[in-house]
Amino acid sequence: MKASAFDYARATSVAHALELLTAHGERAKVLAGGQSLLPAMNLRLMAPEFIVDIGELAELRGVTVKGDVLTIGALTRHADLLKSPEIAAHAPLLRDAVAHVAHPAIRNRGTIGGSLAQADPASELPACMLALDATIIARGPRGERRIAADEFFAGIYETALAPQELLIAVELPVQPKDSTHYFHEFARRHGDYAIVGLAAQALVRDGRFADLRLGFFAVGDRPLLARSAGELIDVAVTPAVLAEASSALDEELSPLEDQQATPAMRRHLAKVLLMRCVSSLLSRPDLCTGVSA
Amino acid sequence: MTSTSANPETLSALDRPNSYIGKTVPRPNLDRLMQGRGLYVSDIELPRMVHVVFVRSPHAHAKIIGIDASAAKQMPGVIAIVSGGELAAVITPWVGVLSHLKGMKSAPQNAIAIDRVCWQGEAVAAVVANSRAQGEDAAELVSVDYQELDAVTDMRTALDPTTAVIHASLGDNLAFERNHDAGTVDQALAESDEVIEAEFIFGRHTGVTLEPRAVVADWNAAEARLTIYQGSQAPHMVQNIAALHLGLKESQVRVVCKDVGGSFGIKVHIYADEMAAYALSKLLRRPVKFVADRVESFNTDIHARDHRCKGKIGVKRDGTITAFEIDDLTGIGPYSMYPRTSAIEANQVVNLVGGPYVTRNYRARARVVFQNKNVMCQYRAVGHPIACSVTEGLVDLAAMKIGMDPIEIRRRNLIADDAYPCASPSGLRFEQLSHHAALAKLVRMMDYDALRAEQSALRARNIHRGIGIASFIEVTNPSAAFYGVGGAKISSQDGVAVRLDAQGSVICQTSITEQGQGSESLTAQIVGSVLGVSMDRVRVILGDTDNTPYGGGTWASRGAGIGGEAALQATKVLRKNILDVAAAILQSTAGELDIVNNVVVTVVDGAPRIELSELARIVYFRPDTLPPGIQPELMATRHFVPREYPFAFTNGVQASWLDVDIDTGFVKLLKHWVVEDCGTIINPQLVDEQIRGGVVQGLGAALFEKCVYDERGQLTNANMADYLVPMSGEMPDIDVGHVVSPTLESELGAKGAGEAGTAGAAAAVTNAVNDALKPFGAIITEIPLTPQIILTALGRI
Repeated sequence: MKASAFDYARATSVAHALELLTAHGERAKVLAGGQSLLPAMNLRLMAPEFIVDIGELAELRGVTVKGDVLTIGALTRHADLLKSPEIAAHAPLLRDAVAHVAHPAIRNRGTIGGSLAQADPASELPACMLALDATIIARGPRGERRIAADEFFAGIYETALAPQELLIAVELPVQPKDSTHYFHEFARRHGDYAIVGLAAQALVRDGRFADLRLGFFAVGDRPLLARSAGELIDVAVTPAVLAEASSALDEELSPLEDQQATPAMRRHLAKVLLMRCVSSLLSRPDLCTGVSA
Repeated sequence: MTSTSANPETLSALDRPNSYIGKTVPRPNLDRLMQGRGLYVSDIELPRMVHVVFVRSPHAHAKIIGIDASAAKQMPGVIAIVSGGELAAVITPWVGVLSHLKGMKSAPQNAIAIDRVCWQGEAVAAVVANSRAQGEDAAELVSVDYQELDAVTDMRTALDPTTAVIHASLGDNLAFERNHDAGTVDQALAESDEVIEAEFIFGRHTGVTLEPRAVVADWNAAEARLTIYQGSQAPHMVQNIAALHLGLKESQVRVVCKDVGGSFGIKVHIYADEMAAYALSKLLRRPVKFVADRVESFNTDIHARDHRCKGKIGVKRDGTITAFEIDDLTGIGPYSMYPRTSAIEANQVVNLVGGPYVTRNYRARARVVFQNKNVMCQYRAVGHPIACSVTEGLVDLAAMKIGMDPIEIRRRNLIADDAYPCASPSGLRFEQLSHHAALAKLVRMMDYDALRAEQSALRARNIHRGIGIASFIEVTNPSAAFYGVGGAKISSQDGVAVRLDAQGSVICQTSITEQGQGSESLTAQIVGSVLGVSMDRVRVILGDTDNTPYGGGTWASRGAGIGGEAALQATKVLRKNILDVAAAILQSTAGELDIVNNVVVTVVDGAPRIELSELARIVYFRPDTLPPGIQPELMATRHFVPREYPFAFTNGVQASWLDVDIDTGFVKLLKHWVVEDCGTIINPQLVDEQIRGGVVQGLGAALFEKCVYDERGQLTNANMADYLVPMSGEMPDIDVGHVVSPTLESELGAKGAGEAGTAGAAAAVTNAVNDALKPFGAIITEIPLTPQIILTALGRI
């Protein structure tokens, strides 16, 4: 279990990293925290000819708040997100989600940019980006691009990033003080990739949703911002309304089969999650009884 | 802990002052391991050492048409590329059968496949290179031309006439069949008020040792001697087999087992790739290292379980169990493992089903079939989890049917604690078990009635919890009845040599081995206690065929019971010899003297007479001052094997308390209890942790672990992301209690404790899940109990 031989360069600046990517393009892979790339290389599932190590680019690491925008550098590690007071104050959904990302050893190395660029459909952070209405900042030979989260994820391990582009940061709108959130995933063991998960951000006023963004993950080839959330906004949520939203959700899902679950099971679990999420956000335990498929 | 001494007025060697027996003392090897100063096979670097990487078959069953290694041979660092045919010049094939398993058959297996591969992962060629990485690079360029053959993958159809026969010379795919019929089963079932049937399905899983299998083989052509460094549980067995197949005398083979990172039965077998490493060293006349990587481990470490067992139980309305009947089927891969065979697990299932219960009516059939999957063999608690899950599952189904509490039906049917010695319906002889004492203790520990009340209260709130109980028996301290009688050169006796060194410390050489269970500690505790020296003065040497007495090693829960007794007896002799010398020096008699805290003292008043260090100085450097005719022997050796009983059976009972989320099918383990009876407890912490570790392995089987094969015989989850081992986060607290019924076969009285945890854990969990699902009428008899299976049983998906 040794990686194939590869060439390696440690980038000394973002500009340098972009030069290397321009030169080596499709042959190259960016090494950030290495928590997905290195196992894949050691298993020889991937054999990139060139590794661009951006690990030393301190300029890409850290969380800042300016006005109502929260900016997270691409190299900010999961462990940093977990500890950051800015995240806790302005995007607590992300803090809750990161606690489900693998295990401490992996969270100490893994980065938010790495996770988003990897675009594993079963991972937590891409769905959070949808729920939080994030903008992904990429820089390439032709300058900087701002990509809306719901346009960034293109399929299993596929994103809108070009081979010559580097993910630099994500920007999140600071969540209003009365905003609430919900995060849960079903995984066989804590830290495993989810069978189905949900990252939700909501505004609840007078017992109704003024806004509701539902970011499902592991329900298809990419994270899903559920349109069916619309059925729950500005209405008095009754079991009947919820049931309708649930069947609308069903139509949006295109779950895959793997060793943990059939598509039918994923559909079922996504609906259980919707029910539990709505019940929790509205503090309405009555909505959670009698879940059925 | 409840303990009764058979003869309280006589103090045994174990009850001496300052005894370490029954005390939790730190393991002597702890600092070394905790400071990273252990020596595992991977750590061993020898001059001129090379690494072997195996090219492995991507097909489950295929003919090898040709191997082209020309491009690979040009790669940097490559020393040699060797095919199975070429290696056959130095090593002979083997057949994994035992003569006491009547009718058992298997085909000759080669170190590297010749002409044909029989499972995905079987080695086809060896690439020997200066480094593992160079070897892997070159291995990618070895081009093998295969012609795919029909793969036999489903054990249920392996014996069908339309299914391909894997080894034509055997005539069919049946490796072994055993039938057993005791009592009057048909009559008993006919007279039962209820007869319940179920099919129990067990997933294939494996041991997943932290340290993979590893070997460094060093053929010294000048000495004509092969040194094998290997993480094995049975060094003398490896010595015998390596010598046999390499055409050497046993005296030409030395096997050294330094630290071993977990074994669980995985490392007690002879693997083809390890044999290939020995042979390559002989062929290339230099040290060869093989360290399995994780993918290789999944594809080649023995798998276990993979049974489908139909069971039947008869019960009367008063709870009397009238009969058990089973029909077990298991698939073992294309070859029976060598030399212990792959039939032992099914054989154990037949032996153990119904074992805790009174009924004499028992019929069983077990069939063991070949298939084109990785080899299967004995893994921790061989056969026990199958037998226990089938038995205890049937007992619970019977209780459910007649509306009786699971504890009550067991109370009415478990063999009475005063009924021993007696025998099981399969003919196993029990010396002394304690099912009822164990069950009573378990009920107290878990506060059974309160738990039932809590369960009932929570059900009203749509929270569904279950209680599962599983009584079990456990095979430990095996005599020659296990393997020796079948012709395998696997020793069932063990030996220990103890000697006093020139400064009054003790060196102890034992033939049992250490893989983390505490062999070194228990040996030092026994030697220190019996001799009267402090443990820090006892140095234990194990795992080296040149430097230990001959013996079986550590497996089948035999280390403490057999190796421990040998240590006790050897130390008693040394003690007597020391006291004889002391008596001569002190002009006293041996009977008036004792050794306490490293000093020879007077028995009556404990007055110190001579330090052991001073005695040793006189013996070794001034023997001229001793009276004439005294020849001190400060070294003693004793061997031990149980002779009265083929196995020292132990018993116990487990309970699980868990929560089933009926919307998601997820199971949350809340608490687990074990009460077991391993006889004399040498180190309570080691026993308890061994029980807990065993339970965790059983819980892994119950909920998580499964080698998933597709219909073409491809293992599809050979990595740590997809093969789910139990992790601490999902594990419940495990409370352990003991009942102590020492075996009278040895002075030590210790039985084994290694299998108990694994034996009953899955049965307790399955019973608890079914208990939780009772209001929904769902019954599941398949493990692992995945959310998919539970949701399906509940009709939710």
